[in-house]
Amino acid sequence: MEVTPARDADSGAAPGSPIDPELSADHELPMNPDPSMNPDPPSDPEPPIDPEPPIDPEPPIDAVRPARPGRWFAAAAAIAFLAWLAYTIVVNENLHWDVIVAYLGDGRILGGLWVTIQLTVLSMVIGLVLGVLAAVMQLSDSPVLRGTSALYTWFFRGTPLLVQLIFWFNIGLVFPTFGIGVPFGGPKLIEWQANELITPFTAALLGLAINEGAYMAEIVRAGIRSVDPGQREAAESLGMSHRQVLRRVVLPQAMRVIIPPTGNQFISMLKTTSMVSVIAGAELLTVAQRIYLGNFEVIAMLIVASIWYMVLTTVASVGQHFIERRFERGHARLSTRVRRNLRPFAKEPA
Amino acid sequence: MNRPDEPGEPNRDRPADPGLPMVRIRSVRKRFGAVEVLKGISLDVPAGEVVCVVGPSGSGKSTLLRCVNRLETPDSGRIWVDGELMGHAERGGRLHELRPAELSRQRRGIGMVFQRFHLFPHRTALENVMEGPVTVLGTPAARARRAAAELLERVGLADRAGHYPAQLSGGQQQRVAIARSLAMRPKLMLFDEPTSALDPELVQEVLAVMRDLAASGMTMMVVTHEMGFAREVGDQLVFIDDGRIVERGHPREVLDAPRHERLRAFLGQVG
Repeated sequence: MEVTPARDADSGAAPGSPIDPELSADHELPMNPDPSMNPDPPSDPEPPIDPEPPIDPEPPIDAVRPARPGRWFAAAAAIAFLAWLAYTIVVNENLHWDVIVAYLGDGRILGGLWVTIQLTVLSMVIGLVLGVLAAVMQLSDSPVLRGTSALYTWFFRGTPLLVQLIFWFNIGLVFPTFGIGVPFGGPKLIEWQANELITPFTAALLGLAINEGAYMAEIVRAGIRSVDPGQREAAESLGMSHRQVLRRVVLPQAMRVIIPPTGNQFISMLKTTSMVSVIAGAELLTVAQRIYLGNFEVIAMLIVASIWYMVLTTVASVGQHFIERRFERGHARLSTRVRRNLRPFAKEPA
Repeated sequence: MNRPDEPGEPNRDRPADPGLPMVRIRSVRKRFGAVEVLKGISLDVPAGEVVCVVGPSGSGKSTLLRCVNRLETPDSGRIWVDGELMGHAERGGRLHELRPAELSRQRRGIGMVFQRFHLFPHRTALENVMEGPVTVLGTPAARARRAAAELLERVGLADRAGHYPAQLSGGQQQRVAIARSLAMRPKLMLFDEPTSALDPELVQEVLAVMRDLAASGMTMMVVTHEMGFAREVGDQLVFIDDGRIVERGHPREVLDAPRHERLRAFLGQVG
């Protein structure tokens, strides 16, 4: 390296330079490498990488699964428990299976079943109407309507249904007569005695429906709020009235969100109707109780009622499934659309 | 001008006064909380013309458009559409707020196309286009269906009539949305950034439909970032910044020789 300046001086055209030209050439070597000067030229180009033997066609993976003794033990325990349960139930003579079978189709039981179905359907329908009404009021601009709706849901969600049922049944103690006429003590056009009007059935219907409405209000409100505000604007700019916007655009879309929890409410209502037994509502549980008060087959009658409740809830679950599918219209294909949108990322961009 | 006693009157029954602009906006101001979005806008849109409104986001251009069909209520100022004061009636020297039904009647004559389409997802393309005439105008379904099919044909989607919005591309959805507005036979069309939510390759098919519409003589107010469209189709270009109209004029003149620094900076950004 120390000679580099000298070489520079040499390149500076000093003809009488004493520096040996050979030396000069030596020094140029690292600056200007010549491949031909390479002492060992690449005799062997790239040694070929040994390719992995092609696996074609790929055989299915055949691997030994890790042992899972815990799972086997749990499964065995569960089977043993179920077998023991079935055995004790079947051999237990106190359960009176013959009585259960005999009473499943009993006329009184079927009558109670019918009342249960009526109560469920009617109170759900009325509850849904009340719920939509309360939800629309809750979303209105008027603070009075909002307040009224809030008061309704607050009161009926805040008191036990059992208390409400007993209250409605005894409403005659507070309001002995009902009438249509001038309110605040004015003359009446028509008047009914509360004792004639309030039967166990109407009391049950009032209690169940009004209580249900308070819960449905929250469900419907959530459904309405789930609809994109742009939908409302688009409908309004077509010139739709508030009612048309609600009926044609908002509610049909809100249904998608409203229906699954409403199905749950319906299934829950099938069983909640049994609370009506405290006011002798003549529905399934009341009827079962009346029978066992006579024949003392308490457990058998409860099992008869339970079997029918399970039949009802199973049918309702299946119905719920089909209704949900119906209201997925226009949305069920969303997944197809999402897949289509994602496709460009899977391939090279077009 | 206001005739609320005729709720079912069809649109365009009244030939526009040739002396009056289709849209007349005077000193409109609008405030959202502490932010004044529109600080006194005055603008005329002559019948049959296309006015393009451009400006940076947040400048108030969408709010202005939404004030025209009263999706927003201005705090002050007045807007007339086809000679009719929007949202109010003047009786005995006082303004009376219109009842919702009267406002709906005014909106019928004004089509609006949104950035995010807002098609009704539970209805097919054809049903979306039929919805307005059937529900609002009471057109018999068969007639509305025929008219809707024609409109879908006009926007090039005759073969997509039975598709739900989720099955359509953004450009197709926006074209259905335009057809849905046209089904009401509006005298004015408002476009609120109609191509901003679209993939670049889908923008042109929507602009083509809008170009046809402009050529057919429709009065249009278009909020857009598509300067090419504004230059080619617009009769007037309005640049709004910070709630005020900064510059206006013929699109080519304004775009080729912007006078204000803010417009130059904006054009530099949108290209």
